[in-house]
Amino acid sequence: MDNLINIKINGREVKVKKDRTVLEIANEAGIDIPILCFHPDLSVKSNCRLCVVEIKGINGLQTACSTVVRNGMDITTESLNINKTRKTNLEFIFSQHLEECPDCVWMSNCQLLKLAKRYSANITRFKDRKSKRPVFQFGPIVFDETKCMDCRNCVEVCPVNFLEIKNRGADIEITPSRNRQKDCIYCGQCITHCPVGAIESTGEFEGIEKPLKKENKYIVAQFAPSIRTTIGEEFGLPYGEVVTGKLVAGLKKLGFYRVFDTSVGADFTTIEEAHELAERILKQRNLPAFSSCCPSWVKFLEFYHPEFIKNLCTTRSPQIILGGLIKTYWAEKEKINPKNIIVVSIMPCVSKKFEMNRPELAINGLKPVDFVLTTRELARLLMKNKIDFKNLPSESADAPFDSPSGAGIIYGASGGVFESAIRTAYKKIAGKDMPDFSVKEIRGQEGIKIRELKIGNRTIKTAVVNGIKNAEQMLNELKNKPKAFDVMEVMACPGGCIGGGGQPLPVSAEIRKSRAESLYKIDEEKPLRSAHENPIIQQIYKNYLTNRKNIHSICHTKFSPKKKGQINKLKNSLKTHA
Amino acid sequence: MIIKNLEKYNLKGRGGASFPVWLKWNEVQGSKSEKKYIICNASEGEPAVFKDGYILENYPDEVINGIKIALTTINNSSAIIYLRKDYYKKFKIKLKKLIGKSPIELRKKTCGYLCGEETTILESLEGKREEPRNKPPYPSESGLFGYPTLINNVETFFCVSKIAKGDYKNTRFYSISGDIKNPGVYELPENWSIKKILNKTDNFPAFNFFVQINGGAGGEIFNNEELSITVSGSGAILVYNFEKAKPLSLINQWLNFFYNENCGKCVPCREGILRLKEILAEKKPNLDTIKDILFALKETSYCALGKSVPIPIESLIKKIWII
Repeated sequence: MDNLINIKINGREVKVKKDRTVLEIANEAGIDIPILCFHPDLSVKSNCRLCVVEIKGINGLQTACSTVVRNGMDITTESLNINKTRKTNLEFIFSQHLEECPDCVWMSNCQLLKLAKRYSANITRFKDRKSKRPVFQFGPIVFDETKCMDCRNCVEVCPVNFLEIKNRGADIEITPSRNRQKDCIYCGQCITHCPVGAIESTGEFEGIEKPLKKENKYIVAQFAPSIRTTIGEEFGLPYGEVVTGKLVAGLKKLGFYRVFDTSVGADFTTIEEAHELAERILKQRNLPAFSSCCPSWVKFLEFYHPEFIKNLCTTRSPQIILGGLIKTYWAEKEKINPKNIIVVSIMPCVSKKFEMNRPELAINGLKPVDFVLTTRELARLLMKNKIDFKNLPSESADAPFDSPSGAGIIYGASGGVFESAIRTAYKKIAGKDMPDFSVKEIRGQEGIKIRELKIGNRTIKTAVVNGIKNAEQMLNELKNKPKAFDVMEVMACPGGCIGGGGQPLPVSAEIRKSRAESLYKIDEEKPLRSAHENPIIQQIYKNYLTNRKNIHSICHTKFSPKKKGQINKLKNSLKTHA
Repeated sequence: MIIKNLEKYNLKGRGGASFPVWLKWNEVQGSKSEKKYIICNASEGEPAVFKDGYILENYPDEVINGIKIALTTINNSSAIIYLRKDYYKKFKIKLKKLIGKSPIELRKKTCGYLCGEETTILESLEGKREEPRNKPPYPSESGLFGYPTLINNVETFFCVSKIAKGDYKNTRFYSISGDIKNPGVYELPENWSIKKILNKTDNFPAFNFFVQINGGAGGEIFNNEELSITVSGSGAILVYNFEKAKPLSLINQWLNFFYNENCGKCVPCREGILRLKEILAEKKPNLDTIKDILFALKETSYCALGKSVPIPIESLIKKIWII
């Protein structure tokens, strides 16, 4: 075989594919090389210098992440010299990083601590040099410079270049941009790509118990579609394991009065969005039409591209619609004063914390959602309450918001929102039922999927995008070709909400794939696969969402150009998180 | 033809790394690309190295001629002279005159010492943060804006011109400075020993001394029993009076230089230099820690800046300041 070469790794002779790095080869061979700044989603930076290996005939150690194997290469991945430098470099990293282990997004999964053990690093050998560095908060994001190891993963992953590198040498700093033309869109990808937990969401630790401490209130929970295939990871279950029943049981154990499924809210979003899409397509108005349920995508347009605001659908996101229904429809039904209801959303997303506070969403002066906890935060809350998640017996969510269609479930994956909308809009556009509900061509992890979908005798040019950089590319294309496509779904995070900024760590393309596939599996096994066939949806449209005013105040919103949000300096992470 | 001669004369780069010049030329010439770049590195930034300034002052015609030879040897190419800010100011008019209509552009250096490192020059010229790049790919494969790029030092282009004219006498330019009578730049045979160079330039001290070779920060220390070696690299000889020199302050001076000039990209360099400075300020510096740091710098630094930190310190401790 032409593309195979012979190399030696730790004395073992192996045939490997050309053009691979030493790190890739080692991983395949089951050899564990320590990495910290390396992330499979990002380019190779080789800043941390932990993955160094010896290559016979080359002076000085080489980084495995950046070195491409060549025929005859003789590689050693562990030796006294290698381990000595790893130890020293780890001690250097620890001297930049104020340990705050109980309050860290990596919790028990901290690579830095594991490596310190493995290489017997003396983590206090050098004194902490960043303890006086600032802690920044912007929107729902907290950036703690006292923990930052300057690896720059966040700088690279930020789709809007909001995080900047300042100064040189030991004075180097990663800071939020003061440029007035730049603002954070709160996707939280910086959080999930930071190897040392320097970035977290507001309230990620100190705020998680707040919602349940509200006295004399009806505290209800709703959980987003994707949580059911991700939260298990926090408890050591396989990537993508479906844990809906345990999730509900855990929430009930925590003491929530009712537990509702946000996927039912998604079914309402589908009805409204399908309606909007069909209408815009039939009337050829404000095309291309953009999805509106990802708050980071919305903020991106409002701040960076207000000229496209008119293209956004006005439909509210699932958590907001369901929160609104809980405080109106359900409150009336249960004869509860909506002021006494606290809605807590369990979301894969930190941007949902920002969305929840948008004033234009209020209904009769009340916010549809009062608290957002991310997947990570809920996991931590369960652990704090010593709930043995893994062994919880399944429980069902509560009526009336307990049974979503399959369409409401796949919202968690990129392409899911449009697939759901198409299932419902099909009849409206084509005038007949959809022959097969699966729209497989818009599924998958690809950043940009452009497909021509046949709906009756119409061809709808559909763009499905995940990642804001990809979305920006599509907007640029639209500037040249305004009719490049008819509709576009955008999710800010890679792979959609299953790759959200509030999801468990670590994350990679492979992990996102397993999470998404499980959602599609749930959908396929459901007898009920389209939102408009869902009995509870039909019933509420028949009895409650009967007039324009109601529908509008609960299911729709408006968007407007936004100015740069504030950047606050918090005193010190130790104090604020105590 | 010129490449054959570069090989014949075994010309090595005069910037410091002593890489065979013909290999770089061969690779850039042989690569297929609609665009190629030639960069003359005139960013000379290490203490005690000042021969490129001297050459630009006295032989700018040879340097420009060397670049022009590269332009004709390498197809689809244009050239940039990357100049230290004061050199830019001083030599701009003279160089522009010599350049005439040739596609040679003058560009100002945008940072300090590190902007002499070849991949950092590329980042600088692309308007990015001045930091080294991963190698490979080498600039000759993928350099400025991804195009094959030949980067040579001022003196190297001088030599190319001399070789092309059949005028090359195997000499090099030595920057000689320190505790001596006649500091300056001297063009002398490249196979002369340090001892001979100091003698012939009437600089051989009457007192006990040691020298630092190839740079007043990252250069290696040699004692007066080692003077029979020749000087390669950037060709600098810095003489220290053994009695007057204070080893600790020397080390601090070097460390301060590296502390100010490192970019902060990689862990060992950013953190190691800072910690060395701190430890040496202590009353009883921990020698084991110093050794560990120097080892990590030497073995794992991203670029030559960090790798060179241990060179002067270790050689000074080994030969002069025996601890």
